Amino acid sequence: MDLFNAIVQVLDSTIRLSVPLLLACLAGLYSERAGIFDIGLEGKMLVGAFAGAAAASVFHSAYLGLGMAILISVAFAMIHGFASITHRGNQIVSGVAINFIAAGSTIMLGQAWFQQGGRTPALAPGERFGAIIWPGADALRGVPILGPIYSELISGHSVLVYIAFLAVPFTWWVLFRTRFGLRMRAVGENPAAVDTAGISVAWLRYRALICTGVLTGIAGAYLSMVQNGGFVKDMTAGKGYIALAALIFAKWKPVNAMFACLLFGFLDALSIRLQGTPLPVIGKVPVQLMQALPYILTVILLAGFIGKAIPPRAGGVPYVKER
Amino acid sequence: MAQAAIELIGINKSFGAVRANRDINLEIVRGTIHGIVGENGAGKSTLMSILYGFYQADSGEIRVGGQPASIKSPNDAIALGIGMVHQHFMLVDNFTVLENVILGAESDALLKKSIAKARSELERLEREYGLEVDPDAIIEELPVGLQQRVEILKALYRGAEILILDEPTGVLTPAEADHLFRILKQLKEQGKTILLITHKLREIMAITDTVSVMRQGTMVATRETKKTTVEELAELMVGRRVLLRVEKGEAEAGGVKLAVKNLTVKDSRGVTMVDDISFDVRAGEIVGIAGVAGNGQSEMLEAISGIRRAVSGSVMLDGKPIDLTGAADPGELRDRGLAHVPEDRHHVGLVLAFEENENSILGYHDDPRYLKGPFLNIDAIRDDAKDRIAKYDIRPADCRLKTANFSGGNQQKIVLAREMEQDPGVLIVGQPTRGVDVGAIEFIHKRLIAMRDQGKAVLVVSVELDEIRSLSDRILVMFAGRIVGERGPEATEGELGLLMAGVERQEAAE
Repeated sequence: MDLFNAIVQVLDSTIRLSVPLLLACLAGLYSERAGIFDIGLEGKMLVGAFAGAAAASVFHSAYLGLGMAILISVAFAMIHGFASITHRGNQIVSGVAINFIAAGSTIMLGQAWFQQGGRTPALAPGERFGAIIWPGADALRGVPILGPIYSELISGHSVLVYIAFLAVPFTWWVLFRTRFGLRMRAVGENPAAVDTAGISVAWLRYRALICTGVLTGIAGAYLSMVQNGGFVKDMTAGKGYIALAALIFAKWKPVNAMFACLLFGFLDALSIRLQGTPLPVIGKVPVQLMQALPYILTVILLAGFIGKAIPPRAGGVPYVKER
Repeated sequence: MAQAAIELIGINKSFGAVRANRDINLEIVRGTIHGIVGENGAGKSTLMSILYGFYQADSGEIRVGGQPASIKSPNDAIALGIGMVHQHFMLVDNFTVLENVILGAESDALLKKSIAKARSELERLEREYGLEVDPDAIIEELPVGLQQRVEILKALYRGAEILILDEPTGVLTPAEADHLFRILKQLKEQGKTILLITHKLREIMAITDTVSVMRQGTMVATRETKKTTVEELAELMVGRRVLLRVEKGEAEAGGVKLAVKNLTVKDSRGVTMVDDISFDVRAGEIVGIAGVAGNGQSEMLEAISGIRRAVSGSVMLDGKPIDLTGAADPGELRDRGLAHVPEDRHHVGLVLAFEENENSILGYHDDPRYLKGPFLNIDAIRDDAKDRIAKYDIRPADCRLKTANFSGGNQQKIVLAREMEQDPGVLIVGQPTRGVDVGAIEFIHKRLIAMRDQGKAVLVVSVELDEIRSLSDRILVMFAGRIVGERGPEATEGELGLLMAGVERQEAAE
């Protein structure tokens, strides 16, 4: 039973840890499917996290915090769009610039506004998103097997967790069942076909980037207002890049993306859980190695374990009308 | 009185200092097939892009069905019943036919209804025009002929009454082109107006009612097709008399220079592309290899020129073998007197970002002529480049200009000059005149024949049947990786066309 409880605990933290990855991964999916590489997921999450925590602590409202996180994150997505769509700049350079601006400006503004070394004030319970307890969760806790699964794994998460997982089927539906999705996929494959069909390539790509901004904003808010009780500098810690890796691993498909992010989340959870615990046969594994596990896996997966991942064909290439 | 479907009045368009269209006037009669011919860069595509709303004219007026029309985007053009089939298909390769057809013309925010509607509409178009295509097929799995049909269906689905086709036969086999022409005639009978942009004069003669000729941005003439000739049109296009078929004497074939035996080559996917072929090329003759693109010609060229490994077989150059299994070094082959003009000059033949003079020594940069100790002898390189620019009439005559800024024909001349001036014993040329103007074609053909007359062995691979017939002393036809026939230069187009389509082989097998 101890083992079972341990497994449930690891899976529970798998869910918690994979949520920001999943949101960022889906965010990247919208922009890359539309043909815009977005290495700035990291930066957008970071500004979202900062804006969310800052607004929540000033206005004492979690939802205002979330709104602000989304707003600022979308604004950064629009900067990326302005550079790479309107001015046809290099998408990687623009994305890297956004990451730098995000890392620097959050600390600077945090220090200027709150004087806590770049942190935002610790959020009170009402300023964070609390856990939603599903009906009967407490009553069923004692039931063997199903009880802990229901009360630990399914119930007891914040609203953002449910949003993240609902975003998966929603994104699938948007991509494959709506006009917007069809056009977005087309613009990532062959923008000239979209242009000659009389649809604006730029406007379509901007709309995809708005979706990206909304999702990275939610991801940021999750980091600073759910996982943590406030903003800490560089709190995204490379999650934006792992999300990009997961996106490639998932071959730009929403359901695959969910499983890829759950896998990365699971490794993360496992590495936390196993810290300091001696493993059978191997013995005690250094903490650093466990922490490096998700990253090692990323490298291995990207080095060719996933078969051929064909990115959207127009990805990374600014659209210029040909003569 | 026949009504004008489209009138263009005084259209002007400039790109920077380049005047792409100058004062163009054109009237297209409803229900006819109207051809527009002209060399590359004559302004045909610009004019059509203006008509389709891709560009705005600087001045001038467009009338559609007698009414002045303002066409600011492809949307406006579509609304006016103008459809366009682009030279490079505007299709999303990994979408289905249906998805491509509805893209931009979806009836609903959700796809389900749009797709159902398109499906029944496609069935109707299939019945009316014989445009058969599986609506659920993925585009990239369809042959190009069918992909083009999808483009036509896209236009018709949007209610096009006027159909513009830009160089539609460039990618088609002769049989596919014939099929396309039958479809176009049928569309015409149903009252559609068709504008056919091409540089192939034979197509103009075969299918159009009226033909207009463009040269250097101006509309130089409009003729009734019945009352004009290929020679007249060619002269109008180039502005001087052009030899469509180069004159040449009898070949005086000497000893075997290049002997290919049982050559087999696979592509990167492991598919056999060249299947056990053997042939010789003798000194003083031009051997032409005809075939529809993709039947192994490219792989064969790459194997002989040392770019691609062969699976088996042998190639003898001047009686000595070329190492085929270890991927022969193209540089070594060059030293042994085998020059290669690659099919794809942009990716293999030239570095477009380099200056002209740098490209003119590419691959020969180790030659002591171009070296001064460990450094390049810039003066010698530029002097050589200037000589060649004069000799091959490369324009503009500026050896410091970036290669990307030369036209296709002049880029091709740069590559040809580089390879021919090394005085090779064997010259292999892939697609000698792809994307090259009529005037430059004549020049290139004359040069190739001059090489032959100097006693060089010349191997030409081309998908242009006219070119093969005009140049070659012997014609080999490739189909599905094999040589399916050898003919003399007197072979008819129909005879070669059947071979290219693999008809004889299939009959023999039955």
